Amino acid sequence: MPNVGHNSITTKLTRMNMLVSAAALLIACAAFVAYDLITFRESMAHNLAIQAQIAGSNSVSALLFNDPRSAENTLSALQAAPNIISAAIYTPDGATFAAYSRYASVQITRILPFIPAQQGDAYWFKDGQLEVIHAIVFRGKRTGTVYILSDLRELTRRLKRYAGIAAIVLLASLLAALPVGSIFQRAVAQPIVHLAETARIVSRDKNYALRATPTGNRDEPDILIGAFNEMLEQIQERDGALRNAHDELEQRVQERTAQLAATNKELEAFSYSVSHDLRAPLRSIDGFSLALLEDYADRLADEGKDHLQRIRAATQRMGMLIDDLLNLSRMTRAEIRKEVVNLSALAQSVVAGLREAQPERQIEFRIEDHLQAKADPRLVQVILENLFGNACKFTSKRASACVEFGKLRHNGRFAYFVRDNGAGFDSAYATRLFGAFQRLHAASEFPGTGIGLATVQRIVHRHGGEIWAEGTVEKGATFYFTL
Amino acid sequence: MEDTKVILLVEDNPDDEALTLRALNKNNIKNDVVVARDGAEALDYLFGSGKYAGRDTALMPQVVLLDLKLPKIEGLEVLRRVRADERTKLLPVVILTSSNEDQDRIAGYGLGANSYVRKPVDFSQFLDAARHLGLYWLVLNEAPPVRRS
Repeated sequence: MPNVGHNSITTKLTRMNMLVSAAALLIACAAFVAYDLITFRESMAHNLAIQAQIAGSNSVSALLFNDPRSAENTLSALQAAPNIISAAIYTPDGATFAAYSRYASVQITRILPFIPAQQGDAYWFKDGQLEVIHAIVFRGKRTGTVYILSDLRELTRRLKRYAGIAAIVLLASLLAALPVGSIFQRAVAQPIVHLAETARIVSRDKNYALRATPTGNRDEPDILIGAFNEMLEQIQERDGALRNAHDELEQRVQERTAQLAATNKELEAFSYSVSHDLRAPLRSIDGFSLALLEDYADRLADEGKDHLQRIRAATQRMGMLIDDLLNLSRMTRAEIRKEVVNLSALAQSVVAGLREAQPERQIEFRIEDHLQAKADPRLVQVILENLFGNACKFTSKRASACVEFGKLRHNGRFAYFVRDNGAGFDSAYATRLFGAFQRLHAASEFPGTGIGLATVQRIVHRHGGEIWAEGTVEKGATFYFTL
Repeated sequence: MEDTKVILLVEDNPDDEALTLRALNKNNIKNDVVVARDGAEALDYLFGSGKYAGRDTALMPQVVLLDLKLPKIEGLEVLRRVRADERTKLLPVVILTSSNEDQDRIAGYGLGANSYVRKPVDFSQFLDAARHLGLYWLVLNEAPPVRRS
């Protein structure tokens, strides 16, 4: 299994296992060795003291009869103990009576310490050596002193043996810890390694159908794996639900798009048919009415002529309605191509067109400079043509008409406005203005089909903007729009 | 005006035919007007086939007034075939129709219409349009040279 985590957690566990066992063993060995050394030193001192006592007892007669040779014989028996470096017997006044050295070549008296006359039994460790002093007492009287100097080679040898044993035990127990560690690994690390591997595959392949295998014993890794699997289950469930919702939505969008396309196509076909077929009968009515008026003028009474004139007027009005309706429908279907439009320049050109169409009108146009918007220039032109056209129409009864175009802040947002000082309207009907065929003035007063503002509103809405109007009867109207 | 200059009017609506003829007449356009009542008939006339088999196709109309909505073969299809044929590819064709739909104008000009005139509802305006058409296509405009085979 090419897995970094696998090596990491098992190695960590094994190392931890080894370290803990080694530390415990070392501390135990150290304590044991320390205790043994203390005991051994004490027994060593005790043994030496006994040997000194024996030597002392055996030398009493030699001291009493002043026979150093006999005392030296006694001391030389110490050869049996290889650890004794040197020994000596002192007279009560501190003079050396007899001496012994393991090394024959050494002048023994040179290295013997001075011992005070009244010195009692004592021993001490010094410079890796053990010294023992024993007072020789015969019938309550101090007869002399025994001194023995011993090395600690036995202690050192024992220490070395202990170290060897400790090392062997340590090695053996560490070797034993390895299989134990692998058992632990199987019990603790394996489920976690398996979990990590599963998590890695899940996050790599985004396959939420995968599951980690539970260990079966209700330990923490098992709980972890259980929780992980549950999480995966939930994710899988949500993933599925999300995908279903997405698919459903996609399908619904496709259906709607198809419906919309079909509706749009129908609308287009309808408009096309209206454009071609609905106007033809009107042309006939108007054309033949005019033919009657021209060819049979002498046979028609004035009333008859008037009737024919009314027929012609109505026909032409019907033609205008059809054209305006088609225009409105075109604005609904038209594709919007937004670009930066110079509204001021566009307004100037619209005004120029109006002036040309109605040269008799004297209207003051105030157009703000540098007005720009991101919009479809063709459609914005329709907006301005309608709003300016309306402004001119409804100021037709003013001696000094004034039409203003600009931009202002209205309720915290920027809006363009077209304002006139014309006939105005009752603000109670402000919202009705934008409905198709809705008119607030009689056609005889101000001509029109009532479709212009509906067209304007549709264009504004298709730009994501808003349009609203304010007005007072006989005090003018203001149309605001955003793009 | 020269009588040899024939106008081909392709129009299926008898009212529109009558009104167009009246408008031409009112404007003193005395040229012969050949009326084709569907697209197929128009093509027959132009290419000397069917009802017009044996017609001298060297004599082409001075101008074709072409309606778009036609039985059998649509106006735009007529225009396409006219432009595709060596004999008629330079023929002046004026689309005369009710519609001012963008798609019609784009298709019309795209197929090589020389002009696109909308028939107004107001007959007075139509008279005006007919006058302009006659003046322009029959008097001012120089037709392409007559092809001799």
